[in-house]
Amino acid sequence: MAPAIETRDLTLHYGKIRALDAVTLEIPERRVTAFIGPSGCGKSTLLRCFNRMNDLIDGVRVSGSCRVSGEDILGSGLDVIALRKRVGMVFQKSNPFPRSIHGNIAYALGLHGIRERAAVDGAVERSLRSAALWDEVKDRLHESAMRLSGGQQQRLCIARAIAIQPRILLMDEPASALDPVATARIEELILELRREYTLVIVTHNMQQATRISDFTAFFYLGKLIEHGPSARVFTCPDRKETEDYVTGRFG
Amino acid sequence: MTGGSDPGVRGRDVASLAGVALTGFATALLLVLLVAILGVVAVQGLPALSWRFITTIPRRDFFDAESAAVLPMIIGTTVRVLLMTVFVMPVGVITAVYLSEYARAGSRYTQAVRAAVANLAGVPSIVFGLFGLGFFINFAGRGLDRWTGAPGPVWGQPSVLWASLTLAVMTLPVVIVATEESLRSIPAGLREASLALGATKLQTLTGIVLPNARPGILTGGILAISRAAGEVAPILFTGAAYYLARLPGRLTDQFMDLGYHSYVLATQSPNVGQTRPILFATVLVLLGLTFSLNALAIIVRARMRRSLRAAS
Repeated sequence: MAPAIETRDLTLHYGKIRALDAVTLEIPERRVTAFIGPSGCGKSTLLRCFNRMNDLIDGVRVSGSCRVSGEDILGSGLDVIALRKRVGMVFQKSNPFPRSIHGNIAYALGLHGIRERAAVDGAVERSLRSAALWDEVKDRLHESAMRLSGGQQQRLCIARAIAIQPRILLMDEPASALDPVATARIEELILELRREYTLVIVTHNMQQATRISDFTAFFYLGKLIEHGPSARVFTCPDRKETEDYVTGRFG
Repeated sequence: MTGGSDPGVRGRDVASLAGVALTGFATALLLVLLVAILGVVAVQGLPALSWRFITTIPRRDFFDAESAAVLPMIIGTTVRVLLMTVFVMPVGVITAVYLSEYARAGSRYTQAVRAAVANLAGVPSIVFGLFGLGFFINFAGRGLDRWTGAPGPVWGQPSVLWASLTLAVMTLPVVIVATEESLRSIPAGLREASLALGATKLQTLTGIVLPNARPGILTGGILAISRAAGEVAPILFTGAAYYLARLPGRLTDQFMDLGYHSYVLATQSPNVGQTRPILFATVLVLLGLTFSLNALAIIVRARMRRSLRAAS
């Protein structure tokens, strides 16, 4: 099976600072891949390469190659809109729009031409069910999303991202701002979503990475240090830096 | 008080007491001044204020208590302020959107435009009046007259249209600055969320950023209205009339104005003593009108904020 995402010698500079240094990595389809490493190691930057969110920052230069489903996504001719439809993203800080719960998802659908009422309502229900939020909000779909709890807001953001049926879902520390109960629900959800989507998750939480991920990539100072099945990376890492980090000796 | 005998501590106490006294005094002074102004206006003006005063059209001798009235002035001031709002809001908002969303942040051009906006805000209002006369009436208005082949001046004379446009130019910086401020206050996370869903920059702007910036944009409108409602100098040569027997019915008509009328009452009266209560009553009406226009905008803004929080 072809990898969902494949990078080769991917190097990224913010001005003069090298944030990613020749990263070569394959991310398999329908698996959960966790990115771990100390703050500033480039894991979020790499995640943001996959849907070209780094485009928004001035002075970013990228070299090497990055392919999503076999297609090169670094070229200037790339249809970024089409890429972002295929590669969804969930952020660290939940960011629902100040609209209704229904309106949040309808906005995402509308961007991709789905405006017919029955189709929108169906997709709203489907995505809320997939995000394990439907039962909690089905009676108040037209209330403001801002009234939901933090964990519910984050699940709404996940529902919004999957409403447009991406192939890949990028998650940048999706549970780091949530309490343990809400975190557990997000983790359950991630294991559920794994059946349909390729997930890439940045996390600072080692236990979380071992619980939910199939593969783990450890980054340090912009370099990919080690990448492999999570069980192996956490129990018998090849590299000294990885061992020090996962056992909590630094970072 | 603990440690009162320690000279260092006592020094600190005196200093903090002085701080409280000084800031308190400044605040009290402000309140006293405000009350004094409103008090003088109310005491002197209320006797002349009546239902007839605000609902009838005055005869020519509006210095006389019997015939003084301000209905045309209320209408004139309201119309010129509302027209100005219609002109200034789109232009100001679009300019601010360009400056904060599209223009390259540090570029020389952007800096020049920002400097121009700041300088525009510092120009004395009489200069706007002269600009309005020169540009709108003599250039644009007369040009229109020549182009349409009008037998006499139709556009090339003072009118409510040109006065409103002049005020719009004057209040443009207020709207631009307030709008930019509110665009900046939209959390980056909201824009990112929209873009990550595959929205274009324009879709993000119209679907997410502008709807959320509406209360802040409206604040700009409120400030513009406050500034413009009481201004006299910009409309002096561009539209305000000393006396009109009829209410204005067209954009090209001149109008009577509360502020300008106050000036006329204060300086042109043959009998100062008799006119004074009329003058203060007129000022009272002007204050009331300005306050009402502001209150209206504030109510609209509050409703917008509520609907943003409880969006449906």
